[in-house]
Parts: sequence; structure tokens; C-alpha cells
Amino acid sequence: MSHGQLLVFELTILVLAIFLGFEVISKVPTLLHTPLMSGTNAIHGIVIVGAMVVMGQGHKDTLTWVIGFVAVILASANVVGGFVVTDRMLEMFKRRKPERPAKEDDRPAGPKP
Amino acid sequence: MSRTTTDLLYLVTIVAFILALSFLSRPDKARMGNWIGAAGMLLAIAVTFAQSSIVSYWEIALGMVIGGGFGAVAARRVKMTAMPQMVALFNGVGGGAAALVSWAEFHRQAPLAGHLKVDIAIAIMLSALIGAISFAGSMVAFAKLQELIQGRPITYPGQQVVNALVAGGALAAGIAIAAGAEEQWLMWVLLACASAFGVLFVLPIGGADMPVVISLLNAFTGLAAAATGFELENNVLIVAGMLVGASGTLLTLMMSRAMNRSITNVLFGAFGQVTATAAAAADTDGGTVRSATAEDVAVMLAYADKVVVVPGYGLAVAQAQHDVRQLADLLEAKGVEVTYAIHPVAGRMPGHMNVLLAEANVPYPQLKEMDEANPEFSRTNVVLVVGANDVVNPDARNNQGSPIYGMPILNVDEAETVVVLKRSMSPGFAGIENPLFFNPKTVMLFGDAKDSITKLIGAVKSL
Repeated sequence: MSHGQLLVFELTILVLAIFLGFEVISKVPTLLHTPLMSGTNAIHGIVIVGAMVVMGQGHKDTLTWVIGFVAVILASANVVGGFVVTDRMLEMFKRRKPERPAKEDDRPAGPKP
Repeated sequence: MSRTTTDLLYLVTIVAFILALSFLSRPDKARMGNWIGAAGMLLAIAVTFAQSSIVSYWEIALGMVIGGGFGAVAARRVKMTAMPQMVALFNGVGGGAAALVSWAEFHRQAPLAGHLKVDIAIAIMLSALIGAISFAGSMVAFAKLQELIQGRPITYPGQQVVNALVAGGALAAGIAIAAGAEEQWLMWVLLACASAFGVLFVLPIGGADMPVVISLLNAFTGLAAAATGFELENNVLIVAGMLVGASGTLLTLMMSRAMNRSITNVLFGAFGQVTATAAAAADTDGGTVRSATAEDVAVMLAYADKVVVVPGYGLAVAQAQHDVRQLADLLEAKGVEVTYAIHPVAGRMPGHMNVLLAEANVPYPQLKEMDEANPEFSRTNVVLVVGANDVVNPDARNNQGSPIYGMPILNVDEAETVVVLKRSMSPGFAGIENPLFFNPKTVMLFGDAKDSITKLIGAVKSL
């Protein structure tokens, strides 16, 4: 693929991703806006792939080494922190209070003897 | 691993991310979606490790252990009330990483004359610019939310001129890079000016506007990551970055619409500086403020049919979410119907109150959005306003001179009685007088929200 063709292809998926992003996000209820932000926050941690490419090169000068190393640290903090925080938030959303269904379950199902 | 295999596996990651976002539209599936996203991320990292161009495994692994360790510990330890600043922090480091990747790419490609293609140069410039703004801006947002620096808008004379100069410097350097000037110092200027602009542009924004700023910075980091994808000709970066960019942009627009203000007004209006005029314009009818004791309020609550709690940032500050739930449980045991009315911009990030109340085990069907809550107020006996102010200010409906005029609010004044829990009579974060406090229907319960709720719990129990 020539460079021009590749660029057009990349622009195509970029534009499709914009529409997909709007489409998917508009369905998220207000209730989950914080986890949504935090979840997308984790997803942009994908920049770690770029950091790895920079850091992984065989021949690099000191400046590239330092920049790459810091980039890997920052991006990994973004990825791990983002997913863990989102999980902690989502864990808390419950439909019912836990104690209520527990009490109902304790009752015998059949008629009382 | 061949390029084709790599790209195919990256496609799996893309699908995982899209699934993660779609599952977020359902509270019961959202947690699983997050794990699917994390699995996709892990796959992308593994695939990148397997690329033939990557040889320094140990250095990368060391960086990952340091960064990942910090991220995991910080994310585990943070209190739910400190969530907005944590999101800002992780957002900032992502933007910083994108800017650094672009810097390294420029450093690698530029010295070979003619090697740098125009589109790559533009992508490098955009990613460095947006990434650096996002990094610096997020750090200031973090500092404001963590109260390392004051949350009120910070302004000084000539602010707009300084901002314009710094932004102009960053743009000039960026345009020069895009035009093919392959000078390393241009990148230094670009990064320095963009970082300075990030700081300057968040400093004048007040705490109440933080939900808009945080989601905007989130969008910025996504865009920076997408631009990085163009530099490295990497599809997963382009798609994942742009998904975040699009979602962040949409969320930003939704937040500013919820305040009935344009995004430019939020970003450049230095909201809250209008205090003097607003206070003068506020029509308080010369009314008096009625204050009540916890015992009085407890009686009102216990003998009500329907109570609506309106939480605001004060609830988060006082960390009173668990006590509020305890009070609600007591009232429900007495047969009172308790729901929560949540304004879209209550708190410091989108959906802030929902997370806090979820932490306190409030079942989410009890959390009502504004459109759902407003028609209910006329049938409500007691509204309990806990740490909210501007989102219940009737001036937004009635007073054209008010800076928040036109902002959709929770119409709590339609209820029989409004109880406002408040530390003192000082105006809210936006610095605007609230006529609700002078309304004959309103009684004030002064004191720290947590203390007041604890007293209410005691008083309701002893009834």
C-alpha cells in the first residue's frame, strides 16, 4: 500500500470511529457517566503501545531512552489505574440493598407446617 | 510476528474496547465490560511485545512495573470522594505519554532530511500539542480538586493577552513543524508553550465547572492518542484514541448543555468573577432565613409520605453519603418513600453523586435524573438539600441578571417544605446568592453535613 493510500485508509477508520464513539456513548445513562469517563480514561491508555514502540527500538540515544522510559511509566500508570478505578466504581452499583434479598432467601419456600 | 497478524490481533483489541463501552449502557453488565476492555488492552500489549522491531524487553518491563505499580496502588487506596482528582491524574499521565511519544518520534525522524512526511509531521505536532495541554491542564485540575491550590477561579489583569501569547507561541512552533522545519528546538518551544497554556487555561476555571473541564481533558488525551496512531501508522491507537475523543467531546457538550452555557463560556468565562453584580441583582425579597433544630427536621421527615434528597458537592466534602443512606433506611422503615434527585452537574465530575451514593449502597433505581425528579417535587413533602446550592437556585429560572439564568435546575421550591443543610450562609462555589434560603417554605439546618445528618439520625430514632 502506498503512503497516500494508507493515509486515506487511516482517515476512513478515524471518521468511522468518531461516529461509532458518538453512537455508543449516547446510550450510556447519566447514572454511569463517572464510570464512563473513567473507562474511556483507561482505554486511552492504549498510548502505551506507542510508548513501547519508542522504548523498544534497538539503537537509541540517551534522550530517546529517557523519553521512552518516562512515557512507558506514565502510560502504564494510566492503563492500570484506569481499569482498577473503573472496576472499583462499577462494583458499587447495585440494584437492591444486599440485606433485603438475603432475608427473603432465608424464608422457607413452601407453606408453613 | 508479521504485520498482518499484528493488525488482526489489534482488531480484536478494538472490538474488546467497543464492547467495553457498549456494556457501559447497562449497570448490570458494565463491570464485565470493563474486564473485556482490560483483556483487550493486555492483548494489545502482548502483541506489541511480539513485534520484531521491539528488542529492549527488560527496559519496557521495568517501566511497566513502576508505572503499573503506582497506578494500582493509587487506584486501590483512593477514597471514593477523591475520585474526580484521581480520574484527572490518570488522564493527565496518558496525555503526557502521548506528547512524549511524539517528541521521541520527531527526534528520531527529523534529523534525516526529507524523511519526515507532511502528514506524519502534522500528526506529531497535533499529538505533542494536545497531549501537553492535556497533561498540564489535568495536573492543575488535580491540584484544584485535591485543594493543593484554591478551587475558585484564579484571574489576573491581562490574562487573556498572556493566554493568547502562549497559545500563539505553541501554534507557531506547531505550524513550523508541520511545514517541514526539522529543528529540534521547535519541539521544545511547542511542548513548553502547550504545557504553559494547559496550566493557564484551567487555572481560571472554577470548581463548579470541573465536570466540563475533566471530560474535555479526557477527550483531549483521546485525540492525542489518535494522532499518535497516525505517526506510528497504528490502527488500534487511531480507533481507541478517537473513540475516547468522540465520547469525551459528547460528554463535554452534554455537561455544558446541562448548565445551559456554551463551552466557550465555561472555558473562558472565568465563572464566578461576576459575583458582585450577581449578589446585587439577586432578589431576596428582603426575606428572613429560618433556622431549625435537628429535632424539628426529624419530625418533618418522619411524618412525611415522600422525601427527596438532593445531594451536592458538600455531601462529597463532608463524606456524608453513608450517613445519608442510614437516615434514608430509618425513614423507609417508618414507611416514608425516599428518593434522590441528581442534577447532571452536581459534584465535580459527570455522574459524581451517583458514584458516591452507590458507594453507600443506595440502590440505583432510587437515583432520579433531573427530568424524572422535577415533576415529582409538587407531590413531595420534604426536600432535603445536602450540600447542593447552585443546582437548586430559583434565580436560574426567575432572575435574568443572574449568571446562572437559564440553567435547568431542580425545582425543589415546588415541594411543601425544603430543608437545606449548610455550613453557613456563605454563597456557593459560583459565589451567587440563593433566594431559596429566604423562601418562607425553607428551613436551614446549619452545620457540617455529616454532623447534621448524624444528629437527624439520632433524633429520628428517638421519636
